Amino acid sequence: MNQDLKALLVRLSPQLIALASILLLIFMMFPSFFNIGIQNGRLYGSLIDVLNRGAPVALIAIGMTLVIATKGIDLSVGAVIAITGAVAASSAVAGNSLAYTIVLALGTGLLCGLWNGALVALLGIQPIIATLVLMVAGRGIAQLITEGAILTFNDEGLIFFGSGSLAFLPMPVVIWVVFGLLVALVVRRTALGMLVEAIGINRRASMLSGVRTSVLLMAVYALSGLSAAIAGVIVAADIRGADANNAGLWLELDAILAVVVGGNSLLGGRFSILGSLIGAMIIQAVNTGILLSGFPPEFNLIIKAAIIVVILMIQSPRAATLLEFFRKAPESVKERT
Amino acid sequence: MKLRNALCSATILAACMFTSASAAELVVGFSQIGSESGWRAAETTLTKQQAEQRGIDLKFADAQQKQENQIKAIRSFVAQGVNAILLAPVVATGWDEVLKEAKEAEIPVILLDRTVDSDKDLYMTAVTSDLVHEGNVAGKWLVEAVGDKPCNVVELQGTTGSSPAIDRKKGFEEALAGHDNLKIVRSQTGDFTRTKGKEVMESFLKAEDGGKNICALYAHNDDMAVGAIQAIKEAGLKPGTDILVVSIDAVPDIFQAMAAGEANATVELTPNMAGPAFDALDAFLKDGTMPPKWIQTESKLYTQADDPQKVYEEKKGLGY
Repeated sequence: MNQDLKALLVRLSPQLIALASILLLIFMMFPSFFNIGIQNGRLYGSLIDVLNRGAPVALIAIGMTLVIATKGIDLSVGAVIAITGAVAASSAVAGNSLAYTIVLALGTGLLCGLWNGALVALLGIQPIIATLVLMVAGRGIAQLITEGAILTFNDEGLIFFGSGSLAFLPMPVVIWVVFGLLVALVVRRTALGMLVEAIGINRRASMLSGVRTSVLLMAVYALSGLSAAIAGVIVAADIRGADANNAGLWLELDAILAVVVGGNSLLGGRFSILGSLIGAMIIQAVNTGILLSGFPPEFNLIIKAAIIVVILMIQSPRAATLLEFFRKAPESVKERT
Repeated sequence: MKLRNALCSATILAACMFTSASAAELVVGFSQIGSESGWRAAETTLTKQQAEQRGIDLKFADAQQKQENQIKAIRSFVAQGVNAILLAPVVATGWDEVLKEAKEAEIPVILLDRTVDSDKDLYMTAVTSDLVHEGNVAGKWLVEAVGDKPCNVVELQGTTGSSPAIDRKKGFEEALAGHDNLKIVRSQTGDFTRTKGKEVMESFLKAEDGGKNICALYAHNDDMAVGAIQAIKEAGLKPGTDILVVSIDAVPDIFQAMAAGEANATVELTPNMAGPAFDALDAFLKDGTMPPKWIQTESKLYTQADDPQKVYEEKKGLGY
């Protein structure tokens, strides 16, 4: 077990180092960054904000990781967040019970995922196009549900998922950590993860060797829909309303970025959910850091892009060989002289 | 023969009556952008209400955010021979051609809420709000409310680079100029959304000593203010008393917050752009008075003293 942990840490070391250096960078600019207190019965501080605000991206990154491991991509998650948020809000406004509302919202997310999965697995449409359909149409569906307005609700039970707390931790943090560990355990303690990777490496070969690729693919996209649905409920509960125009807007891109920053390849074939979660936290730490820094808003995106480029450059295998090359060069020169 | 004559004259009489009746009733075409926001939905509702009150036959066309749909709608209005056209243009450019066609047909065009980059002769007038003035009204309220006390203000900007964000910031800063006790200490974009408003406010609170340094919040729209109010509450402070909250737009939800004492003031961006437009049209058709090229709508200030609960009830039904 200890050996496993060590191997895991070594594998995730680039991501962990990146996260640590970004946190350190923010700390140097903003010294009270690590201060944590207790407010309204839950932990309160900038570090908690990073964990809390990163919840939607972390959640959809979990599903996205598995989708990308099959050499696919899911562009529809942002729209699914808007749809499920709208479903949850309208169900709460209609006075349905909390359990019914949650089941309805998560069910809708699953259905959206299954739709994507069916297009990819059964009809053989390329994932980027198949999920683009729902990405474009989904926001319209969400707007139909909310009738174009921000649908506000006062259901305390539903609001709890956004601003409640469990064991001093904000509820969104509890949810993404538990869900992430659960999915990671299920795919890694069974053969599922390996089969998903097999599809990513060569779908035809894995099918010929007896893997039920269609079913697995559908399941992976359904999981992505489910993660987006959980994120959708959290996003709506956070602002006590469903904003069909803006909920989850462009989050699919942040999630893909989180997966890549987490050390996963877009070519599929291998994945690390833990890596993606750390990637999501890196992105959110950058966002929060920019907000705390007090730079004018015109710089936000430039700073974010610059940091991401640096992280990706450090992670790239070619950069490593290049570094090795420069490190070794002086020694060989010395030997010759 | 007699019967035929009688029938003929009856038909002519009926035709005369019919045309005179339809001449009395004004027919106005309205090309709306779509329903991308609650405010726009309210504008549509109010335009229809205003037309009904004045006995105007309103032909409504929803362009679903597409200019070509608006151009098509205007052409069909011209073909139908309406008395006037209301246009809420989705973009500023590319209207010359179709506006010329309307002008040749002698149909006056009134722009609502936004303007176009065409020659001013091509439309009768534009009814819009003054974004700089809105920011100014909000700023003046804050200057008066604070008095001589020192006050650190945080600002939630709209989408970076958008004209409401630029102008509302400018107007607010103009109002604050010369009052050195008020200082904008932090200014970030909240993208006009609740989620971002809440997230950015959370970081403001942490950056300014848990919010103890902040005396007032100015948000470029109400939605960001609503999100920020939640962030202030979660930080254990009282919005409206510990931190003054002033914003712009006057959507129903901010009146709920004002009724609860959590927001202090909002400046209305009125969705009733059609009222002044119809007034100008009436005057023009009656005795040919040309309205000015720009009719500025009122930027009314609402505070907690204006019975926010009642305003909320009134605004709720407008489709915001």
